[in-house]
This record gives sequence, structure tokens and C-alpha cells, in this order.
Amino acid sequence: MTDATRQVETAKPDGALRRLLRRKLAVFGLVLIGLVLLGAIFAPWIAPFDPAEQHFDGLTLEGAPLPPGGVYLLGTDLLGRDLFTRILYGAQTSLIIGVAANGLSLIIGTLVGITAGFFRGWIGTVLMRFTDLMMAFPALLLAICLAAIFTPSLWIVAMVIALVNWVQTARVIYTETSSLAERDFIAAERILGASTGRILFRHILPHLVPTIIVWGTLGISTTVLLEATLSFLGVGVQPPTPSWGNIIFENQTYFQAAPWLVFIPGAAVLLLALAFNLVGDALRDVLDPLQRGRD
Amino acid sequence: MKKLLTSTALMFAMGLPALAQEYTPDPAAAPGGNIVVTYKDDVATLDPAIGYDWQNWSMIKSLFDGLMDYVPGTTDLRPGLAESYEISDDGLTYIFNLRPGVLFHNGREMTAEDVKYSLDRVTNPETLSPGAGFFASIAGYDAMSDGSATSLSGVTVIDPLTVSITLSRPDATFLHVMALNFASVVPQEAVEAANGDFGKMPVGTGAFSLDEWVIGQRLVFAKNENYWRAGVPYLDAVTFEVGQEPVVALLRLQNGEVDVPGDGIPPAKFTEVMGDPAQAAQVIEGGQLQTGYITLNVTMPPFDNVAVRQAVNMAINKERIVQIINGRAVPATQPLPPSMPGYTEGYAGYPFDPEAAKAMLADAGFADGFETDLYVMNTDPNPRIAQAIQQDLSSIGITANILSLAQANVIEAGGAGTAPMIWSGGMAWIADFPDPSNFYGPILGCAGVVEGGWNWSRYCVPALDELATAADSITDPAMMDERMSKWSDVYMSVMEDAPWVPVFNEQRYTMRSPRMGGAEELYVDPVSIPVNYDYVYVTE
Amino acid sequence: MAGYLLRRLVQSALILLGVSFITYFLLFILPADPVRQIAGRAATAETVANIREQLGLDQPFLVQYSRYLAGLFQGDLGRSYLQRTEVSTLIGARLPATLQLMAAGIATELVLGLSMGVAAALTRGKALDNSLMITSFVTVSAPQFVVSLLLLYVFAVKLGWFPIGGYGTFAHIVLPALTLGLLGSGWYSRMMRSSMVEVLRTDYIRTARAKGLTRARVILRHALPNAVLPVIAMIGIDIGIFMGGIVVVESVFGWPGIGQLAWQAIQRVDIPIIMGVTLVSAAAIVIGNLLADLIAPFIDPRIKLR
Repeated sequence: MTDATRQVETAKPDGALRRLLRRKLAVFGLVLIGLVLLGAIFAPWIAPFDPAEQHFDGLTLEGAPLPPGGVYLLGTDLLGRDLFTRILYGAQTSLIIGVAANGLSLIIGTLVGITAGFFRGWIGTVLMRFTDLMMAFPALLLAICLAAIFTPSLWIVAMVIALVNWVQTARVIYTETSSLAERDFIAAERILGASTGRILFRHILPHLVPTIIVWGTLGISTTVLLEATLSFLGVGVQPPTPSWGNIIFENQTYFQAAPWLVFIPGAAVLLLALAFNLVGDALRDVLDPLQRGRD
Repeated sequence: MKKLLTSTALMFAMGLPALAQEYTPDPAAAPGGNIVVTYKDDVATLDPAIGYDWQNWSMIKSLFDGLMDYVPGTTDLRPGLAESYEISDDGLTYIFNLRPGVLFHNGREMTAEDVKYSLDRVTNPETLSPGAGFFASIAGYDAMSDGSATSLSGVTVIDPLTVSITLSRPDATFLHVMALNFASVVPQEAVEAANGDFGKMPVGTGAFSLDEWVIGQRLVFAKNENYWRAGVPYLDAVTFEVGQEPVVALLRLQNGEVDVPGDGIPPAKFTEVMGDPAQAAQVIEGGQLQTGYITLNVTMPPFDNVAVRQAVNMAINKERIVQIINGRAVPATQPLPPSMPGYTEGYAGYPFDPEAAKAMLADAGFADGFETDLYVMNTDPNPRIAQAIQQDLSSIGITANILSLAQANVIEAGGAGTAPMIWSGGMAWIADFPDPSNFYGPILGCAGVVEGGWNWSRYCVPALDELATAADSITDPAMMDERMSKWSDVYMSVMEDAPWVPVFNEQRYTMRSPRMGGAEELYVDPVSIPVNYDYVYVTE
Repeated sequence: MAGYLLRRLVQSALILLGVSFITYFLLFILPADPVRQIAGRAATAETVANIREQLGLDQPFLVQYSRYLAGLFQGDLGRSYLQRTEVSTLIGARLPATLQLMAAGIATELVLGLSMGVAAALTRGKALDNSLMITSFVTVSAPQFVVSLLLLYVFAVKLGWFPIGGYGTFAHIVLPALTLGLLGSGWYSRMMRSSMVEVLRTDYIRTARAKGLTRARVILRHALPNAVLPVIAMIGIDIGIFMGGIVVVESVFGWPGIGQLAWQAIQRVDIPIIMGVTLVSAAAIVIGNLLADLIAPFIDPRIKLR
């Protein structure tokens, strides 16, 4: 999936932003992200109820959830909690994990990629063989095993996702670093006696920034989806912390009688993942005009 | 001097009136037909020494027989492969007289040697049987268990149709143990021919034999034409389809494609089904020898304080939890389910009274509450129930963090004694046999307080163990009332110490297609869970 | 070529060895005891110790792992702890269902993705192109468990066109294959679109148009075959993505494949099954990548095998 012929030209950030804002889909994505962010930050003020409160009148006598409308805007879940409130707080979970897990996987991926691409030799070989190995793992199975080993919490889930997700970043960064390392200006720096640290931080890293930004944005989408999937399987975020994935997990058996309990959080996951994909894709075009499509 | 017990006299052993007789066949029953039963989970094995799952328990019952059996639809013992038996006065020796002419599915006649082989096999550590521990009262069990013997010294073949079993201690539940799947009689040559895969190629003496098994998809049982019980089974074949979601199974039943949904009516469909008179008429409700409970680890502060445990008992809104599972359970007051002998009638249990609970906590020095962990298995509805428990606890100031984990992880934490609280759902105690002792030993007795044991509350009162042993030493049928009252005392002491919060006893709701016949009890059989395939029939 | 192939095969074997080591280690430190699952509730401490010894689970990690590896080299994946059957038998019985589903998923994503991509390329910059590209973003952003539940709800529950899960007939495979295929169709449509746009710009196509060939003929006979090849080469890589999705899709649709087997085994720490499924999936991924790399030079002569 890597493209050896790929070249990177650093674009001026201000020009990039203006060009980004000229794209309708990117703006749409940014607006969506902004809305989710606002909802997450201001959840305690916007939400009509406590996310964990199980309302006595939130269930019918037979224990069925209430449909949307009325006091409970989007209806209630199978414990009689307000779905709207839980969706708002679920946005916090998704964003925290999205940013934390993805940040961590970017850091790991970038470190591994730069080290392997710049130093080559046995370190590079070992690191890249290790990423090959990680690529061969069925990602979801690995994540499930990891989640079972560590007692799950929000941060553990983020860590598990990061441990599974850094590989792609590492490969892309590796490819770019190794092609940069071969370029004349780096060779010149070396001849001039620049220290390794100087070359890395002054010359290599700045050239990688656009790639890191693009992968960082696209990666949040992957992370949000993986978190939702793990929580859907019951091995993600622990109750009663709401996550869009575990809302679906808890209510899945009712999906025919109460489809809103599955499809409203489902739509939320989709929209957030879509938003980051749209922005990430636009960023790639803006920051790196020579690159077409994801592959 | 030995005394002969007939099947009728045996009813005293259950502490039940002697009215229950051998099962009278349904006069309307007609032979023939093939039914379709569905399950969600795959069938792991049909080896009677190993199978211990919801779905394979009754399948194994239909493929195999043990020396003892139950009257269909009841918890009353009746003779199985043993025609009759005698018990010595000291209650330590059982002589079983086998039925002549019983054939295995491979055509060979079953003999006393097979009985001995089967008991040796299930207690041999190499078999890795989860049921081996049930046979601990047979003389020579310990030598089998530590590997110093390969044959139970207490089991002797007297002649081809007579086998004698000597116990190392009196055991009032021994005849129940002989009716467990683990005690099924299997032919040695078939076990050896299967070369480790007997669970996929089972050969028994049961009413059905395995005809076809497509792994992950379906199993077909065919009628055993030579079955030793005359007249049964009625059905020509039973097809089990696995991997079917309960919701799907129910929709297919409504379409006439399925006869019995093995996992019952799914919660999401329950209201709909019960609201439609035509469908509700096909629903069968039955009790279950099951209790859902919360364990409180008595070795971990603050649960080492009995007042705290009692306060927790009073804080849990059981009615609300029952509502969350659509009313398909009854709130529990004590460890034993109501249909179990030894259940204490008239005991109201701890009242639901958060205010009083809060006051008790304050008196115990926890006016500001405390923080603890609640372990729960991560399949629906258990995490939801745990959250309801969590809310109840928070109302008296206890902050319980939920750890929703895979079954194996919860069992590990319970066995290691590191879990302060565990909600038992999904791993809950369903009785292996209908006797109060089955709810004590491994889960409330000292024997279960070992590394990896199932006594998750680490509750161990030697005096209660003695009382339990005394109760189980009463093997005289005439003294069964005394035995049951001793058991009742045991459980009442347990409730006083409150190592558990008994939450509910699940009710089973299942459905059958309109063409299915047979008494309702057969569809909620307390022993052949969920359906007694040998006695149901189709009417078309 | 032969040298390259040999080196890649050795590399692949080493990767699988690494996968087996890491998975075995993760399962070793898992805070759950398989012996407890086997021993049952009534077991005494003695029985438990006995079982642990028999299965060799009392041994140090490296001893256990080397025993497993020794079996593996003889083609022995061991026996399931709980089912007692050979893991190879269990996987063998379920693998066909998974392979069918993957094949149907790949067919679906290719048909959907390629036709969407071609349509978008031909209407470049127009409304259809834009809406197709937005669609592709939506399908790659949709969580598979939501898609599968949505398809079930609409097409099986409400419309009744397809069975609500299960296995057997063609109708059963449609919805799960669509769930798997929709995700990939997004990627493929975008790859196909850019590949097609690029081909349409080449002199070769312009010449063909200039020679007066009809637009349809140029597209079908000349542009399409050239544009589709680089895209097809991606199928090998897809296998990894599919292997990730089967746990969810198989469990929602009740599909009797290895994903369900793995999921049930994880719940009950049936280590031999988890190891077996992980290795089989990893092998499929490695083979897929190898095939993709081997095919590449035939499709794009600029790529050389190194």
C-alpha cells in the first residue's frame, strides 16, 4: 500500500488552511467535529439528566424502554436512562479515546518509522520486520486479547487501540524517512558534519509534519470505529461510562422492538468517523498535492 | 442385612409424598415425526463425562442412560439402567441389579463391566471430567484422583448384571449422583475407537442415537428402535440447529420452521409474544433450579463486617432488577430456589429498605460509604443488571466500580479471592441435581475456599460444614424431613451471615410450535433442561 | 524470481513464528485459568492440580511454548480444552463458511467499488461523481456492526427479503457479504476512480479516441482493462481487513465460520482454538500480502521484485 515514488512538499500552513476551507466537504467535516466537540465539552450543561441515572419512569412496567419524544428526547435505554444524555456523554468517550489512542499510536508509529528509516542497519531491519509481524495479526482478535489481559478502563482501551493501530503510521513514516534520508540535502548536511539530532529535528521531522497531520486525522476515524467495535463486543469501555459502542452493545437484543437504541448511537459513530475522514482526506490533498487517493 | 427399596419407596428419599408413580405415557402420543430445535451456541461435546453446557445437557440425556433416572417432567428419581437396587443398613453399600438385554447403539449388550468402566473413566484424571468431583464419596476416589489407582476400588462387578458400589462415607445424594450425565454408561470399545473424539462420536444406550453432525451448523438425532423403555421415544428424529440467535429462532418458530427455541423466548420479543393470545397460548412457563446472587467477599474489608453485608442485602431493589429482565424471574429471599426441597417457606429475607441500610452502614462506621469493585460477566443482560445494582448501592453511599469481563476472567478473579463483589449472572448456580446439598458444598462450604474454588464469597463456617455433613449422612428415607430441616437451618444461618445477596430465581419461558404435543412439564423439565426429547411428540 | 520467492517464504514463516510467540505469550499472561474452565465447579484443588499437570500448564512459559511449537511443526494444532476435538478438525469444519463469506465479500466490494469508481471517473466533476465519492466516504466510515444491524433491520426484519441470519442458501450470504463488501467498496471506488482518470489522460487513450473509436468501445476495450489491473492487485491486502471484520459480522449474522469459533473460545480461554484461529488468519494475511507483491510486477512493469 506504500508508494515509494511519493514525494513530500511542505506547504505553507496559512495557505493550506485557506485551501482547506475552500472545500465544502472538509468544512462539513469540521463543522461536525466542532458540534461533537461542543456537545462533549458542554455535556454537563446541555444534558437534561445524569447519564447514569436510571429513571423509575424511564421503563414501562414490563421493563421495555420508552420511544423518542416526551420528557426523554431520544427515548430511554433498557435501564430507563435518558438516551440523549448518554449520547452526549458518549461523545466525550469517543473523543477522548480518539485523541488519546490516536496520539499514542502516532507517537509510537512516528518513532518506529523514523528510527527504522533513518538509521537503517539492523535496528531498521528489526523494527520493520516487527511491523510486518504486527501487520499479520488479525487486529480485532489482538485487541480483544489485549483488552482481556488488562482490566479495562477508558485509558486501557485507548492504549489497546494504540498498540494495534501504530503499525500503519510506522510504515508510512518509514517510507518517507528513508526516501528523505537519501536526498541530496540530507547528504550535504551530513558531509557538513551536522549531528544526527540536528538532521532529524531540523530537516527530517519538519518534512514529515504534513504526513503526520494527515494520518493523525484519518487515524482518529479508525480509532473511533475500533473503540465502538470493542465496546460493541462488550470488551471496551466499562459501564456505566457511556460510549456509543457500548450503548449499542447493551441494547442490541432489543434492536427490532427499539431500533432507535441501536441506530441513533450508530449514526453518531458514523458521522464522527466520516467527519475525520473528510477532513483528513482534504488535508492530504491540501498539504500534499502530488498524492492522489489514499493508495 | 439389606433392605430392598422399590422405586416407590424411593420417593421418601426425596422427602416428597409417595404419591408420585412411574410415568404414565400420554395416551394421545403418536409415534413419528421430526422436530427442529435451535440453539445459539455450538454444541461443544456429547461425551457424557465432559459435557456440562446448557445445550448439551439434555442432548446427552437422550443419547445415554445412567443407573438412575428421573420421572419425566419432575425431580423424582426412578430406576434407569438399574432395574432395582439395595442399600446396606449403614448406607455405605449400594447393590445395583441391571436390566438384562439393554443394547448400546452399536448393538452390544450392556453389562456390569460397562458400568464399572464408565465410573472408572469419569473419575480418571486423564479424562479431565468436570464432573469427577461428584463421585468423591465412592471408596477409592482419592486414589483415582491422585493418580495412584486406575480403577475405583469401591466399584465391583459381582456378575454381568450386578454391580456393587461402596462409599467411603454416607451420602444421601448418591442416587442423584448416579442419575447425573457424568454417571452415564458408555461402551469401552466405542470410546477407544473414537480415539479421543468420543464427544463427537457418542455411543450410548439412550432413546436416540447421533445420526449426523455438521460442526457449527446442525446435529440430527435418530430414534433408537431398540430402546429398552417400551414405547418411547415417539419422535423419529430431532434436528438441532446451532448458531441461531434467539430472536431469529423465535421468528422462525412463528413461520413454522422451528418447533422449540432451545434458548427460550428472547427478552426483546417477550412483550410482543405475551400480548398476542394465539402466541401466548404456545408459551410454557416453568421454574428453574437456579438462583442469581451477588457474592460479598467476607475476607475483604469492609465486607468482613456482617453489618455491612446485611446493609447491602437491604439496599438491593430486587423488584427493579426483575423488571429490567422483563419480569422473567421472581425475587429471591434465600440461596435455595423455591422448588428445591429444603427451601424455607415463610422466610421473607432481608427487606428492601435503603434508609435502614444506610443507618446500618453508619453504625458500622461507614457513614460516608466506601468504594469497591463489582465483577460481572460481559454478556447481556448481566452488565445491565450490574448497573442496576450499582445504582442501588450508590443510594446508600457505596461506590461500586463495574468490571465487566469475559466469563473466564470473572471466574478467575472469584477463584483467586480478589473480587469483593461478583454478580453471578451467566455463571450462576443451576442445580446439577434437585437436592439442597448441591447449593452448599462448592459455593458456600469451606471446601470451595481454595485457590480457584467456586466459593467466591470465601465464606467458611466449620460448624455449618458439620451440620451439612450431618444432614447428608441421613440416608434413611424415613428421616428425610429431619434431613431437610437440617438443610433449612444451614441456609438460614447463611442468610444471617449474609455472604450473598440472593437476587432472583429465574423463570423459564419457552415456546413450542402448535403441532407439538406432550405435557407442559416436558418442555420445562427441571432435569432434562430445556426439553425432554424422549417424551414429546408431534400431533400432525 | 525463485530466490525472491524463497526469501519471502522464509520471511513469511518467520512472521508466523513471531505471531505464534506473541499470541501464546499474551494468552499465558491472561488473567484467566483454562484449567478452571475444564475442571468444573465441583473440582477439588487436587483435581485442578492434576489437570494442570496433564496439560502441561504447570510448566514455565518457554517449555509450554516449545511444546506447542513442536506440535505445530508436525502439523498438530492440539486439541481444544473444552471440546476435546482436534483444533484442525474444528477449524477445518468452519473454514469453508468463512472462505465463502470472504469470497462473496470480495466479489461484492469489487462489483460495487469498480462500477462506482468507473462511473465517477467518467462523470468527473459532475453531480454523480460527487455523490459517489461522498458515498464512498460514508461506507468507509460506517462501523460494520451498525451496517450489519441496519441491513438486518431493513432487509430481513422489515422487508423480509432475506433470512435473519443463518447459513445455507444463497439468500443467507447476501447481507453478510454486503456488510463486508460495503466497507471495501469505498476504498475500491476511490482507487478505481483515480486509476481510471489517469488512464483516460494517457496518450494511448487519446489516440484511440482520435482514431474515431466510439467512447464506449474505448472505455470497455482499452481504458478499463488498464485501469482495473492495479486496483485488482489490492485484493491480497484486503484479506487482512476481512479477517478483522469476520468476528463481528459472523456473530451478528450467526455465520458458522472461524470468527464465531474464536469469539466463543476467547470467552472461555480455550487456548488451542484461539492459537489456531489466530495462526490461520495470520497465514491468510501473509499469503494475501505475498500474492499482492508477486502480482504487482506483472501489472505494473515499473515495480521490480527486490
